[in-house]
Amino acid sequence: MAYPYVSDREVRILSKHFGDPDQRRLEHARARGRYQALARAFEMGPDAVIEEVKASGLRGRGGAGFPTGLKWSFMPKKPTRPHYLCCNADESEPGTFKDRELMRWDPHQLIEGCLIAAYAIRAKHIYIYCRGEFFETTQILARAVEEAYEAGLIGEDILGSGVDIDVTIHVGAGAYICGEETGLMNSLEGRRGQPRIKPPFPAAVSAFGMPTTVNNVETLSAIPHIVEHGGAWYREYGTEKSPGTKLFCVSGHVNRPGNYELPLGFPLMELIDDVCGGVRDGHTLKAVIPGGSSVPILAADECEGVSLDYEGVQAAGSMLGCASVIVMDETTDIVKQVRRMVQFYAHESCGQCTPCREGTEWMTRILRRIEEGRGTEDDLDTLLDMSRHMTGTTICVLSDSAGAPVVSSIRKFRDEYLALIRRGERVGAA
Amino acid sequence: MANDQNTVTLTIDGQEVSIPRGTTILQAAQRLGRDVPHYCYHPGLSSPAQCRLCLVEVEGAPKPMPSCVTQVADGQVVHTQSELALDMRRGVLEFYLVNHPLDCPICDMSGECKLQDYVHVEGRPHGRSREPKRVFGRDDFGGDVFYYGDRCVMCTRCVRFMTEVERDSRLTVVERGNRSVIDTFFDEGLDGTEWSGNIVDLCPVGALVSKDFLYKARAWDLTHTASICPSCSQGCNIELHTRDNRVQRLKPRENLEVNAFWMCDHGRLNYEWINRGDRLEAPLVRTAGSGEADTRAMGWKEALGVLLERADAAGTQPVRAVASPFMSNEDMAALRALVESLGGGEVVYRSVRAAEESVLEGLPTLARRKERAPNGRGAELIGFSRVGNDDGTGGLDDVARHDGIVLVLGDGLADQDAEFGASAALYVYLGTHGSPAAGHADFVLPVTTFAEQEGTFTNLDGRVQRFWPALRAPGAARPAWLVLGALLAERSGTEAPRSAAEVFAGLAQGSPAFAGLSYDDLGTRGATVNQPVSLPGD
Repeated sequence: MAYPYVSDREVRILSKHFGDPDQRRLEHARARGRYQALARAFEMGPDAVIEEVKASGLRGRGGAGFPTGLKWSFMPKKPTRPHYLCCNADESEPGTFKDRELMRWDPHQLIEGCLIAAYAIRAKHIYIYCRGEFFETTQILARAVEEAYEAGLIGEDILGSGVDIDVTIHVGAGAYICGEETGLMNSLEGRRGQPRIKPPFPAAVSAFGMPTTVNNVETLSAIPHIVEHGGAWYREYGTEKSPGTKLFCVSGHVNRPGNYELPLGFPLMELIDDVCGGVRDGHTLKAVIPGGSSVPILAADECEGVSLDYEGVQAAGSMLGCASVIVMDETTDIVKQVRRMVQFYAHESCGQCTPCREGTEWMTRILRRIEEGRGTEDDLDTLLDMSRHMTGTTICVLSDSAGAPVVSSIRKFRDEYLALIRRGERVGAA
Repeated sequence: MANDQNTVTLTIDGQEVSIPRGTTILQAAQRLGRDVPHYCYHPGLSSPAQCRLCLVEVEGAPKPMPSCVTQVADGQVVHTQSELALDMRRGVLEFYLVNHPLDCPICDMSGECKLQDYVHVEGRPHGRSREPKRVFGRDDFGGDVFYYGDRCVMCTRCVRFMTEVERDSRLTVVERGNRSVIDTFFDEGLDGTEWSGNIVDLCPVGALVSKDFLYKARAWDLTHTASICPSCSQGCNIELHTRDNRVQRLKPRENLEVNAFWMCDHGRLNYEWINRGDRLEAPLVRTAGSGEADTRAMGWKEALGVLLERADAAGTQPVRAVASPFMSNEDMAALRALVESLGGGEVVYRSVRAAEESVLEGLPTLARRKERAPNGRGAELIGFSRVGNDDGTGGLDDVARHDGIVLVLGDGLADQDAEFGASAALYVYLGTHGSPAAGHADFVLPVTTFAEQEGTFTNLDGRVQRFWPALRAPGAARPAWLVLGALLAERSGTEAPRSAAEVFAGLAQGSPAFAGLSYDDLGTRGATVNQPVSLPGD
């Protein structure tokens, strides 16, 4: 198989057909079992589907890890107004590239998952909100939706079940914040992509003021397998609290970066050393960001013994997030990396909340000054104090995310900051 | 404390309060007299909770809560002044100052700026930012509005006003993050909008400023006087902001039953007439004959003495009186009473009535009304009939040629010729300015404008509202009710009224419509007359 890298440690359920363009075509996908779970779901009925997903213990793969079945159960059981399912395909967390691959290689897996989810939550309309930069991916997905419509798998009376569900692909304009579910809703409705205050929560009032469930691409792609094989089967993988498999997006200084589907609870160091072939030759591990740019950095000595599940990473002082593992070796300039991340958040801040709008940009400027050797030790205290004022003070968590790498890097790599500051002082004195 | 379902009891800063369910913590705190700093919240607009300045500590909550959208709950314990709350707000205020220029000395908002106020009370004594500030420069939004993007705190009150209240979405936020600015769509700007002046009031800082007011006065030099907008019959509650005995600007004053927080741009900018300098300043009395040379300025006592003699000499004659609907209820009531004492006659008023109203879409009870005068309704209720055309001219042919007593109050008679009142037995002209049609007047008496006296107007809904003197009257000009009241008192041997309140009390006694109302009851918000009212042609 030609998919960039594979490992025999993987459990390839969602990613089974990665690298095989045939899987994009409906006839091949159906021949390999796609849409059988949909028919099975229609036999089970919506409540039984929700129960099965609850039994599987599947947790949202977008980063928060909220139990999917529980989320679905918040939707009103007897709809008085239209319900919507929204598939969050606005994958934009730096370091993450799993949803793109899921849509690119197996769009029918996602469409089937969406249809089952919509059926379970009694939605008649699905919006797939695609990241604006995903041109090729969106084309592949649109083609698949078209084929599914032609085959009667989307639209009226699907598979003769009497169930009507439509699918609309909505393409964003390229804003990170539209991946936040309420920002996504605003964007979907044609407003500025700005997160909304909660409450009200999406299950009560969201897209167009109606009850809405938002699920990640990877979450929905797992649904057909759970319906087909049962929740108990899904629990054979992963840990008690974090069941199932997860796509790990590994990037940075490893020999074989890529997407790897592994059971949750997989040891971090084995992922790096075994699955990814280790840190690139002749170099040593310096730090790992285990869950995308929004989570605290782990120094090399903290990575030992970390198991990659929601609880395991949290115990190590970081978060699993969307399992985007960014590996950095000793050549990495931590201050520069942190500045680059914060600069990203400053660029992507929607600008409505003051701590985020002003704080992210201010942090960037301070970090740049430190990088250029014009920093002072006071700047570090200011940065830590700012992070505190940017955490938990805003509508969404973008500013919390910008603060996380700053705080963790100052705590763990203070020497690097100080070296830059001292060098600047020496140059300034001379 | 007994709670029904609609009331919740909570503790704010140690003080227990019972308040209707659905109230926000911010509103509850305000009711206790404890304001929490805020920018994006405004009672007339939706609450996006984005300025993050109104954060308070709620016991049990995982993080500081925005008090503008967090609703009160039973048993809630709120701290608006705890170390956590103050620390969080201090942090937010510092963020505001990262890019806000410290150009207070040349900023029009200085002295009434919420950023100045809040930083002074709760901010850090010294900012820590050493970075250069972001610069946008000034943008002409059209209408009366300039936008200084550097000063903007991005509260979006202006955007929400245009969208939610004026319902003309001309403003929006463009770009994002730290590069966000308010801008108008295309090149249209605010030209042609009729309520956009309100966004200047809404702006908590000096980002949106009035071109009309720019660099005219410092906020701390202005005296604020509660008043009523005289530009139409809506009766918007306003403040006159004065300095050096001139009106510098008008601002709306909150009254939820009349104009909420708003006023129209026309009313806002229509004040220069109050500052006109060419005023009548002393009573002028024609002593003998009819030549200009025989007119003499007198003191009030002497002038009124002569006037009483002439009135007695004229004997009982049919009276014709014209009053302007810009005069107060008290002025008109005094005129009406004098007319009765002179033997009675026809009392009329003229007013400009436009073909269209300009309704504020988000608050349809507020409009720039057709009747472009503040007290047409009062005139009707006091017994005056409307005459003339809708442009405020004509209708006075009978008065102009009347051979009995002619009284003119406040109407400048701009459309009348010099022969007006030529055949009158006695012609008394009370006004603020001279008029070519006052050439035959036996008495030209200087009276004050609404801005120089106390009084009331009755708006189109029959709401009687008080206004207060903001300016010193020029020369010997006196309120018309004082002049007319003195004349009446002399004729009837009673005591002259000493205050507008007394005149109003007399009106309340004599007129069923005003019965039961008093100045104390009217207060600053006004009250409605007793009878249903309608104007001919409404």
